[in-house]
Amino acid sequence: MAETKIDSNVFVQFDRVQKSYDGVSLVVKDLSLAMPRGEFLTMLGPSGSGKTTCLMMLAGFETATYGDIMLDGISINNIPPHKRGIGMVFQNYALFPHMTVAENLAFPLEVRKIPKTEREAKVKLALEMVQMGDFGGRRPAQLSGGQQQRVALARALVFEAELVLMDEPLGALDKQLREHMQFEIKRIANNLGITVVYVTHDQTEALTMSDRVAVFDDGRIQQLAPPDELYESPQNSFVAQFIGENNTLEGVVKEIVNGVALVQLDDGKLIDCNPVNVSKPGERTRVSIRPERVEFNKDRLQEGAHTLKAEVLEFIYMGDIFRTRLRVAGNDDFIVKTRNAPDQVRLEPGAQIDIGWLPSDCRALDA
Amino acid sequence: MSVNPATAPLLSADGMPLKKSLGRALRRQKIRALMLIAPLLLFVFVAFIMPIVSMLFRSVENDIVADTLPQTVLELQSWDAELGELPPEVVYAALASDIKIAAKARKHTKVGLRLNYEQSGVASLFKKTARKAKKWDGDADAPFKEKLIEVHKSWGEIEIWQTLKVHSSNYTSGYFLNAIDMRKTVSGPEFQPEEKQVLILLFKRTLVMSLIIMGTCILLGYPVAWLLANLPARQANLLMILVLLPFWTSLLVRTSAWKVMLQQQGVINDLLVQLGLVADSARLVMINNETGTIVAMTHILLPFMILPMYSVMQTIPPTYLRAAKSLGATNWTAFWRVYFPQTVPGIGAGSILVFILAIGYYITPEIVGGSKGVFISNRIAYSILKSLNWGLGAALASILLVAVLVLYWTYDKIVGIDNVKLGG
Repeated sequence: MAETKIDSNVFVQFDRVQKSYDGVSLVVKDLSLAMPRGEFLTMLGPSGSGKTTCLMMLAGFETATYGDIMLDGISINNIPPHKRGIGMVFQNYALFPHMTVAENLAFPLEVRKIPKTEREAKVKLALEMVQMGDFGGRRPAQLSGGQQQRVALARALVFEAELVLMDEPLGALDKQLREHMQFEIKRIANNLGITVVYVTHDQTEALTMSDRVAVFDDGRIQQLAPPDELYESPQNSFVAQFIGENNTLEGVVKEIVNGVALVQLDDGKLIDCNPVNVSKPGERTRVSIRPERVEFNKDRLQEGAHTLKAEVLEFIYMGDIFRTRLRVAGNDDFIVKTRNAPDQVRLEPGAQIDIGWLPSDCRALDA
Repeated sequence: MSVNPATAPLLSADGMPLKKSLGRALRRQKIRALMLIAPLLLFVFVAFIMPIVSMLFRSVENDIVADTLPQTVLELQSWDAELGELPPEVVYAALASDIKIAAKARKHTKVGLRLNYEQSGVASLFKKTARKAKKWDGDADAPFKEKLIEVHKSWGEIEIWQTLKVHSSNYTSGYFLNAIDMRKTVSGPEFQPEEKQVLILLFKRTLVMSLIIMGTCILLGYPVAWLLANLPARQANLLMILVLLPFWTSLLVRTSAWKVMLQQQGVINDLLVQLGLVADSARLVMINNETGTIVAMTHILLPFMILPMYSVMQTIPPTYLRAAKSLGATNWTAFWRVYFPQTVPGIGAGSILVFILAIGYYITPEIVGGSKGVFISNRIAYSILKSLNWGLGAALASILLVAVLVLYWTYDKIVGIDNVKLGG
């Protein structure tokens, strides 16, 4: 391919990869992606968005219909999975039920013909790394979900793979354990300096663990960015909707001056926005504002900024935050989140307030 | 709630101790359950357990000699069979009296038949003796020794008396000894003459051929079960119908069909000759021998192997194979180290099923087995239906039953019966 740049820093690369199962529709559409060594990249997206297919193509269980997948500069399209040397953690762990934990871990070393003493040392080390040192003699069925998950992780790491793939590894765990394992995985990945491709549909998981997140939808990467950028500057309405909570208002662009777009909402009100995905007046747009960036305290609003009338519909006390539902410009689902601080106002249902925001927080995206 | 629950016995709402109350509640459930299975239990008892017990009992039962010839048996007790001398006159007199009574009651042929199993010619000896003895009149015709020897010279030979004495007890190990090609003699058990030794050979053949059939079923069934478990639902259903098709066809028809296929003028031989692989003069003999039995029985028992294997394979998620490959295993290693061990319970279940069915199979070996391919069950059928030696048939069947139980026990020790899965 002419446009392929040989970059020594790139470790994993998808180059215009397409995948079709039935020859009629594409599951993965023209996907290009480059990952440097040591990166923790998460593929995030709704089910059927093509993220797992991408992972399976990287692991070698699916073949790309078109395009190249490169590992360390070498195309791996024709290398069978067992020769790729990629560690993988499966959704249901896929620990071999007829082997003990230690045998499970020794398996990849055995098939690599590593001598017994060395094998045992490595297995021990790997088990200790995931704090499972005492469980070598157990069968997977005798372990809890979290312990199985640790063993699965250790097994993917024991043969010192530089690239580890994880396919929704925490999906079967309860919330608390999941959060704990997120940090554990992140810590181990950092310590070992391995490159990780992580697939999940849980956005919190993606945001807390990753160096970069690739948001998938409809077989394409909608946005590939570090978590903060993804959250704060979504490039299109899908990403804005998918990542975090989001308020949307629909309208038409009136004008764009000095990098600020004036949008007329469907009920005639005008607001200032950051034109992200709109280029000319007359375009329809979906305006996105994060609930925690909405301001109703007049003192904190910018001088001369446009405000909107809002009616408080519901106030929900959530402990650390207050969640207030408003009716704004005909939208009954406009959410405002405020911190539970001593001086914070608790809005009563039925109250009429003015709300506003910084034009930079209000992003005019595609309709 | 004034009573301290730690010290006072727990009472149910009507003041009865809780334990008693629970026992009563559970007893009612137990009785209900028992009532529900009672018809089946009764049926199983009448139609399955009783016949088996009575059949097993026949393998040691030997009342007939002592019942028909009571005086003779009594007098023979004091006669030493190993000295080589004919018994004294009292024995002959007792026999004459016994046979006379037996002849009137028409029981003499039965005892003759019974003893004929042990020594050929006894049946006709008893018939002839009974005809004469009917006319004898008590002590007037004494001495009986010369008279009986006159009737048949066998009564002057020691073998018949030895046979009588050896088989006079109410219970006998004789049938079991016969079943393993031995016989009871005055000097203890000894092997039958060479030319009469067939049963041990038959047992061995049954065992070996059942193992071969089990093996071919595993070899042929494993890939089919794998396909069934891994094909898309539509194709798998079609394949399943093909697997089950033999179940829906009469056993006799299928077995006869193999005759058509395998005989020397049959389909397969014709094809081989036409292809020039086999000379017309040297057509293969594939029926009425071991080959015929193995081929036909493998075909008939195959579903019993495939179904348990399939149901086990169905529960093995494909991610195990993927995981093994991602860990660096080749296709073969992944199969052999990861997939195959998990299918062992299915193979075990199928093997037990096929082996136990094969070891007692009767119809197929009877039709396609000829003389070299018959099983011990055919011999049992022969004993019971043709030679009417029920005792020997029962002894053979008992040995077969014990052999199966021993194998089952061994299997349990080695593989563990809880490792056998018929599904789920």
